[in-house]
Amino acid sequence: MATETRTTQGAPPPGGISFSLSDPTFRAIVYQILVVGAVVLVGWFLISNTLDNLARRSIATGYDFLGREAAFGIGESLIDYSPKDSYGRAFLVGVLNTLKVSIIGVLLATIIGTVIGVARLSSNWLIAKLASTYVEIIRNIPPLLQLFFWYALVSDGLPPVRQALNPIPGVFLSQRGLRVPTPAPDPVWANMGIALLVAIVAAWGVSRWARARQARTGQPFPAGWTGLGLIVGLPVLTWLAGGAPLAMDVPKLTGFNFTGGAAISPEFFAILTGLTLYTAAFIAEVVRSGIKAVNWGQTEAARALGLPGSPTLRLVILPQALRVIVPPLTSQYLNLTKNSSLALAIGYPDLVSIANTTLNQTGQAIEGVTMIMGTYLVISLSISIFMNWYNKRIALVER
Amino acid sequence: MTDNVQSVGLPDERPPANTVGPIAWLRNNLFNSWYNAILTVLVLGLLASAIPPFANWLLIRAHGFDATSTVCRQDAGGACWGFISEKLRFIMFGMFPWDEQWRPLVTIGVFIALLVASCDRRFWKPWFGLVWAAGLALVAILMWGGVFGLTYVENTLWGGLPLTIILSVIGLAVAFPVSILLALGRRSNMPAVKVLCVTYIELIRGVPLISLLFMASVMLPLFLPNGVSIDKLLRAQIAFIMFAAAYMAEAIRGGLQAIPKGQYEAADGLGLGYWQKMRKIILPQALAVAIPPLVNTFISFFKDTSLVIIIGLYDLLGTAKAALSDPSWRGFYREAYLFIGVIYWIFCFSMSKYSQKLERDLNRGHRR
Repeated sequence: MATETRTTQGAPPPGGISFSLSDPTFRAIVYQILVVGAVVLVGWFLISNTLDNLARRSIATGYDFLGREAAFGIGESLIDYSPKDSYGRAFLVGVLNTLKVSIIGVLLATIIGTVIGVARLSSNWLIAKLASTYVEIIRNIPPLLQLFFWYALVSDGLPPVRQALNPIPGVFLSQRGLRVPTPAPDPVWANMGIALLVAIVAAWGVSRWARARQARTGQPFPAGWTGLGLIVGLPVLTWLAGGAPLAMDVPKLTGFNFTGGAAISPEFFAILTGLTLYTAAFIAEVVRSGIKAVNWGQTEAARALGLPGSPTLRLVILPQALRVIVPPLTSQYLNLTKNSSLALAIGYPDLVSIANTTLNQTGQAIEGVTMIMGTYLVISLSISIFMNWYNKRIALVER
Repeated sequence: MTDNVQSVGLPDERPPANTVGPIAWLRNNLFNSWYNAILTVLVLGLLASAIPPFANWLLIRAHGFDATSTVCRQDAGGACWGFISEKLRFIMFGMFPWDEQWRPLVTIGVFIALLVASCDRRFWKPWFGLVWAAGLALVAILMWGGVFGLTYVENTLWGGLPLTIILSVIGLAVAFPVSILLALGRRSNMPAVKVLCVTYIELIRGVPLISLLFMASVMLPLFLPNGVSIDKLLRAQIAFIMFAAAYMAEAIRGGLQAIPKGQYEAADGLGLGYWQKMRKIILPQALAVAIPPLVNTFISFFKDTSLVIIIGLYDLLGTAKAALSDPSWRGFYREAYLFIGVIYWIFCFSMSKYSQKLERDLNRGHRR
């Protein structure tokens, strides 16, 4: 009997589904109904409990609280914020702070990670050993412990404001963080920004034109150097044309704190340093394995074709290495962004820390947690979509 | 006519001094080009300026294990190891009753013995699961007590290294079967099951662990029927299990994808049903491939247990931070963080070395 039912597997009898459990199509439908039913039941059980509990504790659900006055201060913010503003605006401040530390962290970690990854492959024994020691130490210590260490180093290890260290004139290091001079306000800075944008667009245009011309005539054009010249030169020219202002806004000690200049808070310093150094160790491994994945024969073949050193790297090695590097690099970027939530533990006002304050003050636990999760999902998905697009662009085109 | 032919060979000429020996090594590895020479000199200079002050602080000017905080504060140029000896038992065992602290110590020993034994492939047999179960039962008896004349200890008093190990090992053990089901569900032909598993895995992997811990600590009490409550440790453990299951499912999916299609077809050809096919043919091969990434997941999981400090549990990092808040020992954070950093490092580094060795061993069969 058993063999008989098995021989009918995979081939539904003509005339549609038979309503017997030995028909795989029918069985699959039954299983799926059971699984979905179980999930719906558990979900209904949890939701009904939650509604019951909320009614019992007389907590109103909904996001109306976002419009209410927040009444708590935030240490650092990219937009104007005062305790009189709403919870919604406070949350926006948190999101921007998370994005700030993530974007700067990703850039720095990529640079440091690439340098260390290349250093691990160096023919110089000392440098290779030093780089691998760094990777092995940093990777195997919890990131939270590293954050605590950096934070304690600044807030405990540095002198109070009045005895601030002054390593370079105008730069002050104290428990309140790093204070650096900034250029005094002048219309020329805005113009330089515009010039930079114009230069970037022009450099992009030049590189497109150069590529098209090389495809047509075979003559190369130094588009890289031209672009660099444009991007550096145009803002400098604007600066010179604007009268080359040199006035600086130097921080001064007045009372108990500094005024003037720009500040990097101890919290921001700790979270940025900790995340950057931690992620850089992982990126170094990604870069190293990517470079090692390109066969040495590729270099030899490029040499045999007569390509000099720099085009060999740019046209032969890097495109192949990037194919291996980009997917794991994406997950490292995502990890850094998610790890920025550790900011909560050292008091940097990122979105988790502000949502936490909000849910403690209002008791809107479900709304607070869903807002944290929703924001991170949006950030994670955006990074994956961008990196997938980039990955597709550089992926191997198979014929 | 043999006079012209020398029948005894000359003694071998020694190779030139600059091709073998330490000088050649230096030339080949440190000074093989002008920029490497510059880099070597720069790095040596950097090391020369960094290592002596560190060694000075760590050993030469350090205060011994009997130093008091007043002595250490008078001469702040050296490490104060008196802090570690004073706070050692608190950092390692948290608030576990003082006289009973041999119990968490034995717990650590049991876990390390189990983990070390699990590394040996001769023990990868079904009966070893029973050894684990017995070990975990022993741990439960030791930590909770209440039987065999041991006094009962509430789990709110647990802390330090045992808590770190319990959270990660129990989390892993419970999450493992769940993650197998999730991975199979993600590869399933049934659209509804597939969508559910993909949603769960991607949802968990898209949010930080902190938000899951928050969910467990503030939302879980709301999910339960009125009158039912679960303690903080269990809530954290549930968050860790949910988190680990999603990440381990992805590691196992990698293993499943590495199994050639012919294996599935051969199992079908033998007339095996779905569960027989998975249990006897696919999973044994897929799990073997997935072990190195699973060990890596476990390493990051072990480091992530330090996040429980945020919901007010005292794991190894939590106890170290609590020890630092003692007014008479405030400011000795370098000693505290170095000490627990070394403990974490020993665990994670040995696991990562083991995973690398395993990867080499397992690959040996595939290389022909």
